Amino acid sequence: MTSEPQSAFEGSVRLHEQNQEIEGVQVSIAEILARLNYSEAAIFAVRLSLEEAMMNGFRHGNLQDPTKFVEVRWLIDSNSASFHVIDEGDGFDPEGVPDPTLDENLEIPSGRGLMLIRAYMSDARYHAPGNHLEMTFRKAHK
Amino acid sequence: MSTETSRIRVTDLSGVMRVEFVDKDILDESAIRQISTELVKRVEAAASPRMLISFRGVEHLSSAALGTLITINSLTKKRGGQLRLSDIKPSIMEVFTITKLNKLFQIFENSEKALAGFGGK
Repeated sequence: MTSEPQSAFEGSVRLHEQNQEIEGVQVSIAEILARLNYSEAAIFAVRLSLEEAMMNGFRHGNLQDPTKFVEVRWLIDSNSASFHVIDEGDGFDPEGVPDPTLDENLEIPSGRGLMLIRAYMSDARYHAPGNHLEMTFRKAHK
Repeated sequence: MSTETSRIRVTDLSGVMRVEFVDKDILDESAIRQISTELVKRVEAAASPRMLISFRGVEHLSSAALGTLITINSLTKKRGGQLRLSDIKPSIMEVFTITKLNKLFQIFENSEKALAGFGGK
């Protein structure tokens, strides 16, 4: 049985690396998800993934250039929540990121954002050249 | 005069530094940097630092915060001390499990259990 989405929320924002704005976006998205009866666990998953995606964009994509933006777009209905997080960097090869869960990498203090996104979202993929992350959380999947 | 409000509370429990967080979300990069600086300073000021970080009341944690914990863990070990973690709610525990950092850290159910055998009471 599939339920028809009763209402959809669509939006986009371009952010500088300024934390209050980032938190504001996360809070707004969390409110939309709560209104559409997503579970606490789902809201946790989406919020964490958004934080990690935006931070990766600012830090690794834009190399913390304060003049560059990270753009976040969302489309959320009662079945799924999809996001595009696009930075102004040159991109990267997501397959080239070392596995942080290997014993020899456990004590390296960075490189866990992407794996958390992959673990918490139903689907996450980068569009070439690697500065555009598309990720989706499906209620039915998790 | 201090210009920044501390984001942690530190209590000395018989030589064990128990750290608690003021915020329920440990996501904000600049806040995490501030926490990291403060913790590093405290670890470096102790001969063999024993630190217990309690996550009581913490609801969200980002990978940047995990990075800080890894740095503090390495530093305490290097200085002949020990770091323990406690009071981690299940949703955050999952973050430790996914990243396999539950293998790296000594994690206890609550502060009392973490303090047992740690020299503090």
